[in-house]
Amino acid sequence: MRIAVCIKQVPDTTDVRIDPEKGTLIREGVPSIINPDDKHALEEALSLREIHGGEVIVISMGPPQAEKALRQALAMGVDRAILVTDRLFAGADTFATANALAAILIKLGNIDLVLCGQQAIDGDTAQVGPQLAERLCFPQVTYAVQIEIENGKAVVKRNIDQGIEQIEAQLPALVTATKQLNQPRYPSVANIVKLKGRRVDRFTAADLGLTSNQVGLAGSLTKVKKTFAPQLRGSIEMLHGSGPEVMESIMHRLQQRNII
Amino acid sequence: MNFSLTEEQQMIRDMVREFAEKEIKPFAAELDRKGEFPAEIIKKLADLGVLGIPIPEEHGGSGASFLSYIIAIEELSRGCASTGVIVETHTSLGSEPILHWGTPEQKRKYLPRLASGEIIGSFGLTEPNAGSDAGGMQTTAVLDGDEYVINGSKIFISNAGASELTIVFAKTEKSSGVKGISAFIVEKNTPGYIVGSPEDKLGIRASQTCSLTFEDMRVPKENILGKPGEGFKIAMHALDGGRIAIAAQALGIAQAAFEEAIKYSKERIQFGQPIAKFQGVQWMIADMATDIQAARLLTYQAAWLKDEGQKYTKEAAMAKLYASEAAMRHTVKAVQVHGGYGYTMEYPVQRHMRDAKITEIYEGTSEVQRIVIASNILR
Repeated sequence: MRIAVCIKQVPDTTDVRIDPEKGTLIREGVPSIINPDDKHALEEALSLREIHGGEVIVISMGPPQAEKALRQALAMGVDRAILVTDRLFAGADTFATANALAAILIKLGNIDLVLCGQQAIDGDTAQVGPQLAERLCFPQVTYAVQIEIENGKAVVKRNIDQGIEQIEAQLPALVTATKQLNQPRYPSVANIVKLKGRRVDRFTAADLGLTSNQVGLAGSLTKVKKTFAPQLRGSIEMLHGSGPEVMESIMHRLQQRNII
Repeated sequence: MNFSLTEEQQMIRDMVREFAEKEIKPFAAELDRKGEFPAEIIKKLADLGVLGIPIPEEHGGSGASFLSYIIAIEELSRGCASTGVIVETHTSLGSEPILHWGTPEQKRKYLPRLASGEIIGSFGLTEPNAGSDAGGMQTTAVLDGDEYVINGSKIFISNAGASELTIVFAKTEKSSGVKGISAFIVEKNTPGYIVGSPEDKLGIRASQTCSLTFEDMRVPKENILGKPGEGFKIAMHALDGGRIAIAAQALGIAQAAFEEAIKYSKERIQFGQPIAKFQGVQWMIADMATDIQAARLLTYQAAWLKDEGQKYTKEAAMAKLYASEAAMRHTVKAVQVHGGYGYTMEYPVQRHMRDAKITEIYEGTSEVQRIVIASNILR
């Protein structure tokens, strides 16, 4: 099987602070990580390779520093890593991003399965996977909690509000991964040591035959006008003490507010 | 001078840190309370190659730099000091002597199984009457045909309960002082190898520290490590590397306590504000941060010297001395920052204080480290 996984390098949003005056994100010193849902996609690809054999290729569209995320994917055990990077890609919305990812996937060819994370923790749109599937004309199954490959089909259980839905999709297909899909493996020490000899391949817009109006800000259908933190309403009270003491405190407060 | 970690070192740090946060730290208090060997955690670490980090690939290890191993011990210890010392004892004391002094046959027979964690290693040096004075040991090994017959007892042996292989030090020549000591690779299932029950310790309680008794224990003569009379040299060499790792353990313990102190100082309100606003507390935090960073630099430099193939005995002793004393000092301070709550078993900071103390004692007491440093300078 030839499996492609699309990942994004994102700031670790648990570490992000808000500038109290401007209400904007302070990104300096915030560590960059592989988007959590994308890690589940990577893990699934590696598990499927263990069962069915084949190759796992990881791809990211991003600035040069996104190479670090791709190298982390190499340390998890993928066979090949590709960074699609170009100044022209800057400011891309999900539509323009999907265009660029589609271009590299078409160039690679013979892909049986594309795996993406459900959504990124910075953008939170959950749109790239579906838009990419449309560009590739692949059937798409989103919010996957289980994936099996049988007789040239992806048999996927997906999370919907009313429960779990099972969908069969003819390969090649695109599936988006949720946290419930698996437990991502830690990179082994041996794989980390072997990274010394491994390279991430780079492709520019020109390498993929993409023009500036197809990608980046120019190729975007949407633009981010402003990012700000909502006003904090109410206050936070920290309770201290031992477990039983804090419990008593909580009970007292709930009783005071007539909640219990 | 380049103070940056390599990609390998950063990634090993990040991987072990994440593993420790998710798979070790949540269980550390219970492991401490029960005094239970963390078998499941050790198995998971073994599967990731953490039990053979500095062992070369040709012998089944991961072939990483020694500094990568040191960073791993620091990060493991930050989650649980017991787990840190279990891996340290197995690697620096149980495996490295075979790597450095073993015959090709001994390396082939034992190193892959140690590096993969299939067997756990330990180090049988200390005796009831021979601690700092290791040369005063009374365990004997007498050659009888094709076997050495070993009689004696060891005490305070880390991993003893859980290990399948012990490097045992015994006198082959009673009259020759330290030059009469030899080292042997001994497997647990050897008749006459008896493990005592684990000590009930103040700290690192999940590490199994037991006595060993050898009653007419027969060990094939091929199992001598190095040459007869080289035992003391082998032990000292193992401890040189091991003490850099103990420095890393102390660092991890100090770092954990330091983080707890910062967190608590921001949350605890007294006199209408977080205690982190008071200069007294700020100065404690500043001193902790500075000492920990100094200890870290000493430790990493000692590891770097070893990786570079340079002499590191003095620097290893300095790192272990400084880091262990800093860890003791600052875990006590961290309890102080927590006030009364820090004195209860419910908060983890008391465990860090209990764990820190042993780092000033084992693998060479602080007093012994000072002797090593001084003799390196004044010779």
